[in-house]
Formats: sequence, structure tokens, C-alpha cells
Amino acid sequence: MVLKLQQSHHHQSVAVKGNEQMGTKRGYTFIQSNRDWLPKLILLWVMVMGFISTWIYKKMDADNNVRREEVLSSMCDQRARMLQDQFSVSVNHVHALALLVATFHYYKNPSAIDQETFAEYTARAAFERPLLSGVAYAERVVHSGREKFEKQHGWTIKAMQREPSRLRDEYAPLIFSQETISYIESLDMMSGEEDRENIVRARATGKAVLTSPFRLLGSHHLGVVLTFPVYKSKLPPKPTMEERIVATAGYLGGAIDVESLVENLLGQLAGNQAILVNVYDITNSSDPLVMYGHQNQDGDWAVVHESKLDFGDPFRKHQMICRYHQKAPTSWTALTNVFLFFVICLLVGYILYGAVIHIVKVEDDFREMQELKVRAEAADVAKSQFLATVPHEIRTPMNGMLALLLDTDLSSTQRGYAQTAQVCGKALITLINEVIDRAKIEAGKLELETVPFNIRSIFDNVLSLFSEKSRNKGVEVSRDKTNRKPSLAVFVSDKVPEMVMGDLGRFRQIITNLVGNSVKFTERGHIFVKVHLAESTQPVADTKVETCLNGGSDEGLLISSACQFKTGYEAADERNSWDSFRHLVVDEELRYDAPVNTIDEASRGITLMVSVEDTGIGIPLIVQDRVFTPFMQADSSTSRNYGGTGIGLSITKCLVELMGGHISFISRPQVGSTFSFTTVFKRCNKASYNDTKKSIVELPSGFKGLKAIVVDGKPGKQNGHVFKLPKVILLAKNITNVELEKAKAAGFADTVIMKPMRASMAAACLQQVLGIGKKRQAGKDMLNGSPVLHGLLCGKKILVVDDNMAHQRVFAGALKKFGAAVECRESGKAALKLLQLPCCFYACFMDIQMPEMDGFEATHPIRMMESKANEQMNGGMDEDSGRKGEWHVPILAMTADVIHATYDECLKCRMDGCVEAL
Amino acid sequence: MDVVNQLQRQFIDYSASLHREGFLDDQFTQLQKLQDDNSPDFVVEVASLFFEDCEKLINNMARALEQQQGVDFKQVDASVHQLKGSSSSIGAMRVKDVCIAFRSFCEAQNREGCLRCLQQVTHEYSLLKNKLQTLFRLQQQILAAGGSIPVVE
Repeated sequence: MVLKLQQSHHHQSVAVKGNEQMGTKRGYTFIQSNRDWLPKLILLWVMVMGFISTWIYKKMDADNNVRREEVLSSMCDQRARMLQDQFSVSVNHVHALALLVATFHYYKNPSAIDQETFAEYTARAAFERPLLSGVAYAERVVHSGREKFEKQHGWTIKAMQREPSRLRDEYAPLIFSQETISYIESLDMMSGEEDRENIVRARATGKAVLTSPFRLLGSHHLGVVLTFPVYKSKLPPKPTMEERIVATAGYLGGAIDVESLVENLLGQLAGNQAILVNVYDITNSSDPLVMYGHQNQDGDWAVVHESKLDFGDPFRKHQMICRYHQKAPTSWTALTNVFLFFVICLLVGYILYGAVIHIVKVEDDFREMQELKVRAEAADVAKSQFLATVPHEIRTPMNGMLALLLDTDLSSTQRGYAQTAQVCGKALITLINEVIDRAKIEAGKLELETVPFNIRSIFDNVLSLFSEKSRNKGVEVSRDKTNRKPSLAVFVSDKVPEMVMGDLGRFRQIITNLVGNSVKFTERGHIFVKVHLAESTQPVADTKVETCLNGGSDEGLLISSACQFKTGYEAADERNSWDSFRHLVVDEELRYDAPVNTIDEASRGITLMVSVEDTGIGIPLIVQDRVFTPFMQADSSTSRNYGGTGIGLSITKCLVELMGGHISFISRPQVGSTFSFTTVFKRCNKASYNDTKKSIVELPSGFKGLKAIVVDGKPGKQNGHVFKLPKVILLAKNITNVELEKAKAAGFADTVIMKPMRASMAAACLQQVLGIGKKRQAGKDMLNGSPVLHGLLCGKKILVVDDNMAHQRVFAGALKKFGAAVECRESGKAALKLLQLPCCFYACFMDIQMPEMDGFEATHPIRMMESKANEQMNGGMDEDSGRKGEWHVPILAMTADVIHATYDECLKCRMDGCVEAL
Repeated sequence: MDVVNQLQRQFIDYSASLHREGFLDDQFTQLQKLQDDNSPDFVVEVASLFFEDCEKLINNMARALEQQQGVDFKQVDASVHQLKGSSSSIGAMRVKDVCIAFRSFCEAQNREGCLRCLQQVTHEYSLLKNKLQTLFRLQQQILAAGGSIPVVE
């Protein structure tokens, strides 16, 4: 319960830590902090862009208008200029006529012109005055000369209303006129208001003057009358007004049809349709009089241009007003451009907005992910710690339960149940152990040790373990004679050194896992384990082979039967099948005398390649990529057919990777699987090799040079083991005592080897038969301690330091059991005295928690002492610097809690390890 | 022979009950296994060491906890730790369990709880002592009757 509380507390603290981390990490970006403003920003953007677009449109439109105005003004000015030119041409002609009349009527005496001449001349010269509907000459007649004049001409002077003119100071009756306007002959020009004013002004200035516009009598067109004075005598230069008036003889006048004039003019010019032209007399600026054009005509009043007209009359002012016929057309180009611009801006805005929104979203997601990640990591840590701790708590009571299950007398039914419970319990403990392994690997707490061991012994052991299981399986299956149990074989290449340094336990675990799997899933055929150096795998023929089921130098010779060693089942990976094995064997025979290659003796690492081949059910293709995932099994039905948790392979993979190798497999469903892995071991140096040689269960090398013939009746099974010496060993699969007795009675065999054959067993039998004495004395009555341990500790002096007497006694007792000579001390200080150099202790177990001086404190001076001694020694012999650290007592810490590990601390204090004691 | 058998049966039953009731655990079995011809009184020896240790520690703790004020919890804790180590090395599970609780009270500096635990420890200890003495008596009887002490799995 306490444990659980701690767990949950820890979990929380991890989560809290995660949150704090998040808090500090939450550096708000600009976008994030202003995310609420985003819609407003985009709206603002759209509005600003709208304004800009409108402004651009207006600008373009204004430009257009300016251009239009320029065009209009140039057109207007052009028209005005032309009109003025034409008008002045007409005026000049009238001037010329006036001079004509003056010259021929007054300077000649008698007059050279009469009405007839005048009419003819003017008619013939009319082409020169296309604008003048007609010209006429009126003579100045003073009242006193009226009668004389009337008599001379034979008619009375009439007023405009066609009645005899009333009495005036002066009269201006027409005497000559063009035929086109002959109807006005004899009319007194002075009687018309307009005309009289004209005449008065003309004679005063001596220039052509104009009347205001009016409708002409004949054509009803708007027109003006042009009047020119004719003087009797030549005027002095710069004459005064009076001189002019006195000198005046008459007046020449003509009506100008302005409407036709302008009409003609405009007709000649391009762009006539586009503009409207009005001509005004603006002498009285408040009331302009229309000379041409309609006042009320529609048109574009927005753009108007006014051009001044000068018709040569200083008293009258005229102007021309031009404007466009139609309003300025909408500028589609500008509109389109602006619209496109606006659309592009909108799109840009939208893209930016989208990007920002996306960024915000991604950031949010990222934050969320991070939070989840932190939580997941916390959960994972908690899980790992839980897994690392709890199984220990489960394992202990479990062991107690299992131990007690079958203790008492039970009825058969009860016993049956209890046995089932025990089997289940054992399975559970296996599972728990696997979970612990897995958790340790995950938590990174799995440490690999480096001890020298014999590879061949390992395989031998594993083989024996599984031959047991396989035999049990075989018993049931082999009732059906055709259905054979799988044969189990190990093959170790000759190149593989006998002893290597590595983690024996873990290597063994890997092999056990893989072979165990193969055994589990293989009903028939074979399971074949092959070991060789990784470097020599490529060319098959290169592999020097020599041992099959044999220890290092135990040279058995496989003859012809080996060629048929195939069990008739195909293997998944052809490279590794029995076929190639046959080649290997043959090749080995050929190259028997070839010198053993020792090039990589120098390199200290050895890469071993181990492959485990079976002819089992294989792995379905779809699950092949999940094989190394924890708790993953091919499928539930497989799970049911073949028990197991599915954690084994994942642990195996982790272990292999920890050992610096990698694992792979080839599998074909219903054909078989081949798992191959590599591991890196250190080469075993001679010193440690010698040190441990005795302690390892090794295969005797007494058979070197002996030749054996293995005879087996059927492929894959060796039935008789015939020696050159006349000793016969019977190989049997399952043999009952009765059969054994029978065999012995028949004198057939000296001993019996149970199949499958194992090297050690074979060796033992051979020793027995051949009478080679066993050197190794078996430790009598060993408890759960292995003979290995016994061999390791036998006769060694070991120091146990613990202040707890009971504990000390128990520990010492346990060590004594394995043959060690144990010294005990109660405190660190006492231990220090004993450990003064030179000391003869093989190892020292030290409690960590002791009064006065604890384990760590005690270790420190010991190490100091040792290193000092070593320095002195190494100083003496430099050339032998390879063998440093002569003095080093292994010190192992004893502690109750190895999980919340003081292990690292132990290493820090230069202890050598940590023992999980009570 | 019958007597030996009976005694052996009795011995097995008794030690099983001790295990069942949680007085002892696997460690004690291990201790029994360590006993052999070389050290025939190994278990008894260890047990008596344990009893001495216990009495000494319990007295220490009782003295330390007697004070109304200013209890040296550190010292008590050290004693409890020792007691826990001893009890676990002999496999006295119940004593060990109480020790675990005891330590948590020490850490909390809870005098009341400590006193209660001390009482419990004393109780458990005397119980265990009685039981073990009975067990050892049985053992001696078996040996006296010429039998061997059965190994309890």
C-alpha cells in the first residue's frame, strides 16, 4: 500500500514537473498572443485594400478625364482657329470690295461702277466669299442732299419697312447690291437699328464691324452683318474719328451666314461626331447670344472648353464652347485593373490569414502533443518503475505459496489440484521474471557482466534442458510412428574460441529463448543451432568445421551417415540448412590439416554468429514485422495452441542489442524459421582463463585424437555409438529400467546414453567406460548452489562485514556452505585492519549501513591504499604496464534495496558490485 | 521408529503452520538448509543471536521512547533498522513487517505510533521466541530419538 502511494505520488510529481516545464517553455509567439485580433485584422486588411483600390480607380479615372479635356481643348482650339481664319478671309474680301468701290466709284469721275457692273462683278467673285449670302453698297446721303440724290437715282429712299423713309440727318440708301439680295436695294440702312449702329461704329473706326447675330432674311439661318466704311478721299495717317466721319462716302455690307460657315467647317474636320460646338456672342457678358448650336442640346456638361474667337471687330467678343457629345465612358480597363488588384489583395490577405490560422492551429496542436507527450512519458516512467518494483513483491509470496503447496498429505484429488496450481504458479513466476527483465531493460538498469565462460558448455546445457522437454513432448507425439519428435542439434565452428568473456547468463537466456521457441513450435523435423565467427560466414566453404555436439577439442569424426543427416524437412533459410552443413563437414574433412587461421587473435572482440533453425510452423507473413514487439503473438489461436506470453522475443532482441549485436530472422509459414543473431564477446585473456578454468564445467579434453564412428540406422538418429575400442555405448531415446537391465544382460553395452546426445553426457559416459578418472570432486550434498559456485568459492578467503550479528552469521553460513573460508567483522574499521596490504582475501562483502563507518566510507581508504601500492609497483616496471591494477580486492555491497538503486553509488565508491541482501 | 516418524510429522506440521501464519518465511527454510554436519546447531545459534540482539534493541528503543520530550528518533530509527535487518536475515516475517511500519512512524516522529509499534514488536518477538523454542525442542527430541530433521520445502 505504501508502495502504491509512493508510486502515485511520484507519478503526480512527474506530471507536475511536466507542467512546469510546459509553462516555462510557453514562449508566446506574436501570433499566439494576438490570435483574437486575427478576424479583425483580416477585416481591416480587406477595408484598407478596398480603399486603396478605390483610390487607384479614381486616380486612373482622373487621368482619363485630364486626357479627355486635353483632347477636347485641342479640338476646340483648332476649330476656333479655323473659324477665325475663314472669317477673316471673308472680311478681307469685303475689305477688297470696299476698296474697289472707293476706287471706281469715287476716285473716277464719272463713276466707273453702276449697279449692273457691281452685280456682275460680285456675282462672278462670289466664289471668294462662300459665307456671304450677298454684298451691297449703301451711299452716305445727308439730309440736305436727299432730294438731289433721289432725283439722280429716280427713287425715293425707303425705310426697312418698305415705306418712304422719315426725315433724318443722314441716310444710307443701298445703291449697289448683289443680285442675290437685290430686294433690299434702295432701303435706307440707317433706318434699321442694328444697321445704323453698325454703320456708325464702322465709319468711326474704319474697320469691319459686326452686328449681333440674328436670323437672316432669306435663309433664316443665324448670321451677322458685316459692315465696312468706304471713304471718299485718302485718309491721312492716323486719322481722328471726326476726320473719318467726314471722309465717309458709303458703307459696304454683307451678311455672313455663321451657321453654314460653322457647319461647313465642322464637316471638314475629323471627330465631328464626338463633340458639340456652340458659338456665342458674348459682347454683353450677362446675356450671351447664340451664334451657332443649340443651347439645350444634350451633352456632357462635365467637360467644357471655351475658346476665344476674334473676328476682327474690337467691339464684339465671341467665344466657342466645345463639349463632348456623350458622357465619358466608364473606363473598363481601369475598372478591370482595379478589380484584379483588389482580388489579388483579397487572396493575399486570405493566404496570410490562412497561414496564420494554420500556424496557430499547428502551435496549438504542438502544445497539446507536448502536453500529451509529457503525460505519456510520465506514465511510461511510472509504468516502468511499477514494473521494476512490483514483480519483486509478487515473486516473493509466490515462491512461498509454491513451496507450501505440496507440503502436506493430500488426497489424490487435492494433490492433483495442488499440482496444477503449482504448475500455474511456476508459469506465473516465469512470466514475472520475464517482465522484470523487460522492465529492467526498459529502465536501463540491466547491467551486463563480463565473465569468462565456455560457449560449448552453454550450448550443451541448453540442449540438455530442451532435450528433456522435447522428450516429454515426444512421448506423447511418438505414439504415431510417422510423426517424429524434432531432433535437436548444435554445431559449433572450430574457429570459435573455447573461452570468451561476456555475460554468460544473458547469452544463455537468449539461446534458451530462441531454442525454446523453436521447440515449442516444432512438431517434427529438426532444430539446428549453428555457431560460428561472423567474419567467416560469407563463403560457406571457408568455415572450418569439426564439432557436432562436441566440446572444443573433442574431435569426433562424422562419416557417411552425416551426409544423410537431413531429416527430410525443408528449412526456411537455405543458407543454414542441413544441406550446407553436409558441405561443411565434407569441406572440413578436405581441409583437415589446414592451419588454423589466427589472424584476428590480436583483435580482442569476437563477433559470434548464432543461428537457430527449425522446421516448425513458421511465422505468418503478416505478423513478421511485429515479432519483436512485446506481448505480440502470431494470433490468438496460436496463443491457445502454444502458450507463452510473447515477451520472450522482445527481451531477446533487447539483450542481443545490449550485447552489441543484432537479431534477424527468416521465416516461411509451414516450412520453418531461422533466427540469427550476432553478439560481441571479448576475447578471454589467459590470466582470467586460467583463473576460472577449474570452476567451469568443462568438457574433458581427453578424447583428443580418438576417432569414433557414429552409426545411425535412420537419418537424423544415431542409434549405435561404436568405438574403435571394443566398448559399446547404447544410445536410447527412452529406456526403461527393464530394458536397461536387458541390454546389460546381453552384454551389449557398457553404459547407456539417453538421446538426444549431449557432449557432456557423452563425455561422462566415455570417461566412465574408458576409465578416465574424473578430476573434479563433486561437492557433497550441495543445496541450491550450483557446482559452479562451489568451484568458484572453494577454499577462498572471504571477508564479511556486517554490524548485524544474526545477518553476519547467516551470510557466513551460506558462504561456508560453498566451501569458502569466511572471516567476519562487525564494523568498517575492523575490516580495514584486516584488509591492509598485502591481503589475501578473495572478496569482501560489506554492509552499506553500519554505525561509525559505513560501507562506502570503508571502501574509500581501501581503494586509496590499493592504488598507491599499484602505482609504486607499476613505477618499477614500465614495460609491463599492461598488467595494471595488481591489487584490487573485489568489494561487494550488501543492501536491502537494490531497486532504488544504490548500485550507481556503489560503483561511484569504486565497489565492484551490489548484492541484494535482506 | 514410529515415535521418530510422529515427531517428524509433528515437526513438519509445526513449521508449516509457522510459515502459514506468517511468523517465518523462505529465509528460515534457507537457514535450515545451511545447517549440516559441519555446523549442526547453526539455526539455533543464529536464532539465539537474534534473540539477544532483539532484546537489546527493544530495551534501547524502550529507553529512548520513555522520555516525554525530545525523543531521539534517529537513534530509534537506527535500532529499528537493525532489528529489521536481523529479523529479515532469520526470516521473522511478522517482526520485519512491524519494523517497516515502525520506521515510517519514526520518520514521521510520531511518538504515539512508535510506542504502539514497540508494543507490537515486543509482542511479536515473544510470540516468535516461544514458537521457535517449541520448534527447537521438537528438533532436539527428533535428534534424541535418533531421527534426522526433515527438510521442509
